Amino acid sequence: MTIHLSIVLWLPAVAGVLALAARRFAGWVTLAGSLLAFAYSVVLLIDFNASSGSLQYVTDEAWIEQLGIHYKLGVDGLNLALIVLTTFGFTACTLWAALERDVARTPQFFFWMGLAHSAVLGALFAQDLILFVLFFDLMLVPFFFLTLIWGPTPRPDRVRAILKLFIYTLVGSLLMLAGAIATGVLSLPNEATTFVLSDLERIAMDEGSQRWIFLCFAAAFLVKMPAFPVHGWMPDGYRNMPLPVLAVFSAVLSKVAAYGFLRVVMPLFPDAAAEFQMLALLIALASILYGSAMAFTTTETRLILGYSSVAQLGFITLGVFALDDAGDGAQGAILQSVNHGLVVLPAFFIVGLLAARAGSEDLRDMGGVAFRAPVLAGLFLIVALATLAMPGSANFVGEFMILFGVFDVKIVIAIVAFTGVVLASVYMLRMFIRSMHDRVGPSVDSRDIRVRDGLVLVPLVAAILFLALYPQLPLEKGEQTIPSRVQSARQVLAGEEIAVDPREAAAEAAEAEEEAERAREGEGREP
Amino acid sequence: MKGPHIDWEALSPLVAVMGGAIVVLMAGLLRSRFVRESLVPFLTIVTLGAFAGLSIWQWDANVDLVSAALRVDAFAMYLNLLFAVAGIAAVLLSWRALAPRESAHGEYYSLLLFSVGGMAVLVGAQNTVTLFLGFELLSIPLYVLCATEMRRATSLESGLKYLVIGSVGSATLVYGLAMLYGATGSTDFSGMAAALSAEGDLPSDSLLLGGVAMVLVGLAFKASVAPFHQWTPDVYEGAPTPITTFMAVATKAAAFGVLLRMMDVALLPVADDWGAVLGALAIVSIVVGNVGALGQSSMKRLLAWSSVAQAGYLLAGVVVATRLGVRATLFYLAVYLVMNLAAFAVVLARERETSLGDHVDALAGLGWSRPWLAWPLTIAMLSLAGIPATGGFIGKVSLIEAAVEGGWTWLAIAIVLGSAASLAYYLRVLAVMWMRPGVETSSPVPALAGGSSELDPAEGPDPGPSDETAPPRRTRGHFEVTLVAVVAALATLAAGVYPDPLFDLVRDAGDSFRGLL
Repeated sequence: MTIHLSIVLWLPAVAGVLALAARRFAGWVTLAGSLLAFAYSVVLLIDFNASSGSLQYVTDEAWIEQLGIHYKLGVDGLNLALIVLTTFGFTACTLWAALERDVARTPQFFFWMGLAHSAVLGALFAQDLILFVLFFDLMLVPFFFLTLIWGPTPRPDRVRAILKLFIYTLVGSLLMLAGAIATGVLSLPNEATTFVLSDLERIAMDEGSQRWIFLCFAAAFLVKMPAFPVHGWMPDGYRNMPLPVLAVFSAVLSKVAAYGFLRVVMPLFPDAAAEFQMLALLIALASILYGSAMAFTTTETRLILGYSSVAQLGFITLGVFALDDAGDGAQGAILQSVNHGLVVLPAFFIVGLLAARAGSEDLRDMGGVAFRAPVLAGLFLIVALATLAMPGSANFVGEFMILFGVFDVKIVIAIVAFTGVVLASVYMLRMFIRSMHDRVGPSVDSRDIRVRDGLVLVPLVAAILFLALYPQLPLEKGEQTIPSRVQSARQVLAGEEIAVDPREAAAEAAEAEEEAERAREGEGREP
Repeated sequence: MKGPHIDWEALSPLVAVMGGAIVVLMAGLLRSRFVRESLVPFLTIVTLGAFAGLSIWQWDANVDLVSAALRVDAFAMYLNLLFAVAGIAAVLLSWRALAPRESAHGEYYSLLLFSVGGMAVLVGAQNTVTLFLGFELLSIPLYVLCATEMRRATSLESGLKYLVIGSVGSATLVYGLAMLYGATGSTDFSGMAAALSAEGDLPSDSLLLGGVAMVLVGLAFKASVAPFHQWTPDVYEGAPTPITTFMAVATKAAAFGVLLRMMDVALLPVADDWGAVLGALAIVSIVVGNVGALGQSSMKRLLAWSSVAQAGYLLAGVVVATRLGVRATLFYLAVYLVMNLAAFAVVLARERETSLGDHVDALAGLGWSRPWLAWPLTIAMLSLAGIPATGGFIGKVSLIEAAVEGGWTWLAIAIVLGSAASLAYYLRVLAVMWMRPGVETSSPVPALAGGSSELDPAEGPDPGPSDETAPPRRTRGHFEVTLVAVVAALATLAAGVYPDPLFDLVRDAGDSFRGLL
């Protein structure tokens, strides 16, 4: 039992509350909280024992005893990298916002940012199904207020757009809530109701219940991503969010959905996952093609990135549902989640810079920005090349692993999906060329970035370069855990009997967990 | 000389509230302004405090009173606490309101106390006669209270409408009770249960089924369950806001209390007969309430429709007829109480501060000008919508858990879909409240407005050309109204973050029903 995760989890929210009192320094207080959380998560990353596939730094308390809900947090190879991405992304965006004159003096903005940070971390840490759903739903509340109050578009549009976004995503989430409760109540009928994931994983539910519960969860996650047929909120939502908020929304929140598939759906509903594999793969494929096609037809830079996210999340879904023997697809999906988060953050920052130079966020008003801005051009080029998965970037590794996993299983789908890689270079290069080069736009004022811009942008690009050099880092940390998350679904698919008695396996896992904990405490290491 | 034994201890909460009602009525006859405007409300609060305290004292009593006509158990005492809280809040909200002034103070508060007494009788009732007695004692004072703003036509209309429709409900109820007596030969709840669980074809007897149906209809009127809800929006809108508040929360709790007692004790053996019907009513209520609330621009009407939808959610806990269901219902009733108190208190505050009444526009820009009102309403709306970290979320989780466990999964799905639909109107209120004023005119953000949690109207009125809708009638907010809003909102949050203590109370209360699984 450790308190470390609770500290990381609540630090940003506490900082957000303090920000309300800090008035003028609100931004810096919240930034300090986020930065501390980031530092803490990096220490966790370094201290994490990659050779053990079990949960580490576990906190487990009965929260609401009568409903069987636990406050259980834990870190394993699956969520570790995403946690670091989350703290990094929020730190960067808080810094960005703190430097913006528009919001810098409004403490409430930072209160909501801090709360959002904690909520996302909570969803990633949670090892109890209801706790997961709670944080997953809670994530949206801060974004509601951030968009409502500080969104860039005029008033009536904004209210309509945000109601659409909110209702769209919450319908899915609430269905998930019903599904989650049903999972807890139905899966262990002879025992007291529990929602702790490791207990629920012991026993597979009957197929009929699995099927409808799977659909509830899939609805929540696919909407959040967003995937092709349920992406309707995306253009409106993206247009109406302030840029720092949008960056973190796009970089982090969508990943929680992909993570949810691996954390909850695959181990708990393996039969249904195997049954609906083809459907999920087709949705992923449609997202890739549709997202790419839309990304190179729209001229709104935000939406280019938005549709590119749809395509990228399609790739990630593809990896999650590849269900190949080695688990390459799932590993690639997590790596690609981190990669995409890292490229989207600077990309939205650059959109802000471009808009400041061209006077609008529309591609048609841009052009020739690179003329007197070589640094900006250089940084943008790195981001663009990473986004289109240039060999040498970590994105290349991620996409490669995903496609590799799918090739193993469904070769036709992999071949079609491959066109998505090509299309990505089309829309990213188009965006780069039409904004940075091309004919100079009507009111473009080419100037290079200022130091304060560099303060945000350079670390973001550095993170991309770092991951390009060490893509093994997230892979190594996850290789013990991630493949095992999809194991039972893969076995169902292959028609194998699930090899080990799940009860025994769970008991073993629990023992290993305890042992790791004991070893940790014995060493007396403090992360 | 030896009279019948009277258990004064167990009877004490009821004695306190009834005695208090008479004292308040008498005190109200005095001419002194101080007595009428300050002492009378104060005495009312003292009475309700004593009522609550004695209820806590008698928590574990578990005795039958008055030859088994009334029962004092944790269930009744728990609901008494809710009535006391609702009553105290109503008194605070009424303190400087128009309604008591127009109805000579004493009568107003005394009627309020009699109504609370009626509720206490109702939820303790052990036979149909006491049930009806409590039912009427709760209703008749409310009919009068609705019409206390005598110079406002809508208030009179509201009182009259409530009287007419309420009487129809009462008549249906009493007819149903008579039929139940005819079928089972007993007025006792336990006697009915015994007769129903005996072998025979009684469970499918048409007299019994008719009785059950009519009782359900009668109680559904009071709980504003659709399709017996038509009076709700009009009455809520017309009645003085403090009374609306009291009606919305306390009457709902009383109606669900007696519904639970009736269904889960007296009619438990025929649960198969009424389960599906009640489930269908729940769905109708959820749909009708949520659809009706869309597009309402009067906050009181919006909350009225929302209360219809919430009644639908609450019914899920009754339908399942399990202990978990009773607990979930009782938990949700407490949460429902505090979140509605917060919402109505803010509506009332704006009614007094602006000339827009309870129109949603009265809330425009509230987040930036009056954070101490805006935050409670924000929390209340999020909680009503069932957003996490509020009591509403935990309440819905427990209702859904009860529904799924009882095998009513489709009811659980209906609850979540209803909640999703309800976002459309709850969030619109938030949008009105928090939309930064003057964005289009590009005026700077008000310096104070940074959402800082500070209530200091002295720091000057809203800067900038912001509140184009709200007229500049900025009176200083009434302290007690803000207090009710803030305390209720904090309680809502507490129930969402640390619900264990409330769950302990609810478990005790739920265990009063011994026949349940």
